[in-house]
Amino acid sequence: MLGLEKKDATLLLIVFGLTMLAPFLLNPFPEGSAMAQFNAGYPDLMQRFVIFGIFAIGFNILFGLTGYLSFGHAAFLGIGSYAAMWMFKLFGMNVIPALALSVVMSGLFAVLIGYVSLRRSGIYFSILTLAFAMMSYALAYSVLATDMDGPDRQGLLQKGLTGGETGLQLTLQDPRILGQKAAEDGNLPVPNIFGLEMRSSAELELGNWVFTFSAGYYFSAVVMLIAFYLSIRIFRSPFGMMLRAIKSNQQRLNYTGLNPKPYTLAAFVISGMYAGLAGGLMASMDPLAGPERMFWTASGEVVLMTILGGAGTLIGPVLGAGAIKYMENILSKINSDILHGWFAFLPDGLEDFVVAIIYPFIGKGWHLTLGLIFMAVVIFLPGGLVEAGQRVARMFRGKKAEDDSKSASTEPAE
Amino acid sequence: MDWFILQLLNGLDKGSAYALIALGLTLIFGTLGVVNFAHGALFMIGAFCAVTLSRILTLSHQVVDETKTDFLGNPLKVDVPYVYDIFGESMGASIIDWAVPLSILFAIPVMIGIGVIMERGLIKHFYKRPHADQILVTFGLAIVLQEIIKYYFGANPIPTPAPEAFTGSFDFGALLGFDPGSIIYPYWRIIYFIFAAIIIGGVFAFLQFTTFGMVVRAGMADRETVGLLGINIDRRFTIMFGLAAAVAGLAGVMYTPINSPNYHMGMDFLVLSFVVVVVGGMGSLPGAVLAGFLLGILESFASMREVIEILPGINQVIIYLVAIIILLTRPRGLMGRKGVMED
Amino acid sequence: MGILEVKDVNKRFGGLQALGDVNLSVQENTVHAIIGPNGAGKSTLLNCLVGKLIPDTGSVLFDGQSVLGRTPHEINQMGISRVFQTPEIFGDLTVMENMMIPCFARRDGAFRLHAIEAVENEAELRDQAEAMLDDVNMLDKRNMHSASMSRGDKRRLEMAMCLVQNPKLLLLDEPTAGMARADTNNTIDLLKEIKEKRDITIAIIEHDMHVVFSLADRITVLAQGTPLVEDTPENIKGHPKVQEAYLGESH
Repeated sequence: MLGLEKKDATLLLIVFGLTMLAPFLLNPFPEGSAMAQFNAGYPDLMQRFVIFGIFAIGFNILFGLTGYLSFGHAAFLGIGSYAAMWMFKLFGMNVIPALALSVVMSGLFAVLIGYVSLRRSGIYFSILTLAFAMMSYALAYSVLATDMDGPDRQGLLQKGLTGGETGLQLTLQDPRILGQKAAEDGNLPVPNIFGLEMRSSAELELGNWVFTFSAGYYFSAVVMLIAFYLSIRIFRSPFGMMLRAIKSNQQRLNYTGLNPKPYTLAAFVISGMYAGLAGGLMASMDPLAGPERMFWTASGEVVLMTILGGAGTLIGPVLGAGAIKYMENILSKINSDILHGWFAFLPDGLEDFVVAIIYPFIGKGWHLTLGLIFMAVVIFLPGGLVEAGQRVARMFRGKKAEDDSKSASTEPAE
Repeated sequence: MDWFILQLLNGLDKGSAYALIALGLTLIFGTLGVVNFAHGALFMIGAFCAVTLSRILTLSHQVVDETKTDFLGNPLKVDVPYVYDIFGESMGASIIDWAVPLSILFAIPVMIGIGVIMERGLIKHFYKRPHADQILVTFGLAIVLQEIIKYYFGANPIPTPAPEAFTGSFDFGALLGFDPGSIIYPYWRIIYFIFAAIIIGGVFAFLQFTTFGMVVRAGMADRETVGLLGINIDRRFTIMFGLAAAVAGLAGVMYTPINSPNYHMGMDFLVLSFVVVVVGGMGSLPGAVLAGFLLGILESFASMREVIEILPGINQVIIYLVAIIILLTRPRGLMGRKGVMED
Repeated sequence: MGILEVKDVNKRFGGLQALGDVNLSVQENTVHAIIGPNGAGKSTLLNCLVGKLIPDTGSVLFDGQSVLGRTPHEINQMGISRVFQTPEIFGDLTVMENMMIPCFARRDGAFRLHAIEAVENEAELRDQAEAMLDDVNMLDKRNMHSASMSRGDKRRLEMAMCLVQNPKLLLLDEPTAGMARADTNNTIDLLKEIKEKRDITIAIIEHDMHVVFSLADRITVLAQGTPLVEDTPENIKGHPKVQEAYLGESH
């Protein structure tokens, strides 16, 4: 199917099913129940799942295949967002051209940054990418936000190219030469795809359950599926094989008559374009682009996602992105009152004790849990969640199946 | 000329912090071959050692002050720190005033302890793993450490003042024959620079003139050969890690009056310190120190109003810009040795 | 005129003269061995041929073209393949993938972005790779993870990777170093087989005299960076200069 082997086609179908049914699957608990706070099936969070999924899939093409650890990929995320915003401001609110420009612009910057950074490898490469991203951040934060002189002083560029600290926002003065300048009610127009607004949604009530189907989520999900499909093709292509060869032994590749540089640069640019696409989608869901999107912590986040899910595996980065965004949005909401509610059945002293133990790891302390899990993954599970899943599956399948999976594990990781 | 000296001085305190952190990073990288992303967290923990000690010193109990009454006419309750009870009021007050310098004594054992636990408990197992794994696991550790601090001390910066005797400023302008007031420089920053110079000098002297240091230097140059001589280099390297942690911690302790400590200060400094190490040359101690001061001073000059008017924002990008140029023209940094981290 | 012509090559490292006026001519379709005691400059010479080092003076012509100043991958594309002392293979890849990479390198010649096609669909290259694996008796190991193989198998794989490119000149850097006697003999047999089956020139650097005398058509003896003699194996065996160079070494 679609030029994929059976195993990969199955994986793609499963991911397709999961993303399409996500509004149901992520809302398993009825409205108003004690567990409802664990529901993740609201559009805003689901959009973040798939958008960061795209970001991580792209990062994985670079890090997972070639082993080059970039600590500055958020720069491309930011560039994608700014590019999309300018498309919204200048031409119109249709997201397709906006995303196209996001991808092109981030690709161009990736060529530039990648060409320079890839002249070094190892930790030097990491530091170079970090330096470039922090420079982009500083430029977006201050330099490109200074007023421009000229007749346009009151208009489009009144806050520079990037809008500085507050970020780049839509205004009613924007020209939008191909679209409407303002919505019919006089408010700011909304990003749409040929008229279908990204924020429009339909609700379905089934008993105590409420399911929300948002246009923005489904659009992002389709983009993610395309991105995921392309990444499978890249993993299975001669290009993907070359990238793994580079990670494995650059010297041998050199003495096999191939220069590793163009391959790594191509991987860098492709993964930068993925990041730009994710950035463009972020701006399409919520028309705003700020410099904090390029800060190095944002680059660190995609590293965490990819490793946590399983670097070099196909589905790992998506799982990692989902896990981290779930923790960030759900785990972080649990406060001590909720904990006390859960453990109310315990005797008072014990209740307080249990809550005191758990409390540092949830709520605002969710980063602590993340850090611990991440360390555990790096130390014990280099294959991340995917490897954990494989091990569990192996345990259940028993001894005979174990032999099969051993021979299967010699094949390229999925 | 006076503006030049002023900017030079302004660069020194940041440069000192960069140099101290970069020195520790390089010690760890040079001896253990480990790229430690958690080193900034050690700097941050050092700063919080000062916070902790000043909190311990100001622990109080309430006493009814018979001589005063509140506005309702009731006897007034006042907080009296326990140190007043132990040392008397004037001595107690000056102990609290001197909390930051006193924290040095407190921080040294704490930091060495944390360093040794870190090395034995975690880093040791990553000697043979790829540098990317080392970066990742220490990055995770840094997150954990900073979240623990955030849990106990909150997310807001905690002002931790210098002793009152050092809160003023020194008029270099008058001293050097310029207009009085043209070069005003806070006392504490002078202290910080002198302190950094002593620590750096101490570390170099330790490595240069003691047998221990000699073995460590030999180990940095060629670990295997030293191992073959039957010298237990691992134990020495553990001690070096403790030492590097202490250097970072002390840099943090003394930095608290300059910048109120917060939980993410370590990461902020780490990113720049890594750039410093790479510019200085991975594995070169003099390179790290030189690059630390150089970049600190450069940043200070780039922050001048006259410069920013011509090149807006240059103060924020100058370090990265220099790093990129150095890495591309001198791949081994200013003073890096051949063969260190070539791949 | 040989396929490989080394003329007056000098290379210094600081105060050490690693190569001094080396002249060497390797004739087409022969096996040419370069022997010499440790530190004679064998590896330095080899690195000058493949582009890893650049000689201070002199020229290296391959097939009439200079290789100096070219990068290793360019020199490989000219038709020189190199086998390393410790097998250099793509350890994370399967045996078959290891073979496919030189097949792509040979067909494409340089970087081509085949990012969407599947490796599976390259039937022609697969056939080439499989035929070559069959030649070295490794077809049954085609799906093995290459890092998990024995050293002997890794050596076989590396040779197969070099040979599938159809090189004009195969450079072998102490291919039997550290090998057990049985593995050494296997390697000799493999090389003899290769020599019989195809038109190929082989230059071999070797310490083991048994290997050298079983394979070589011509032998150059290198000592202290300078060629002492060049002759047939029979003549080299009894040559006084050679025995002098090896004095103190038990051969």
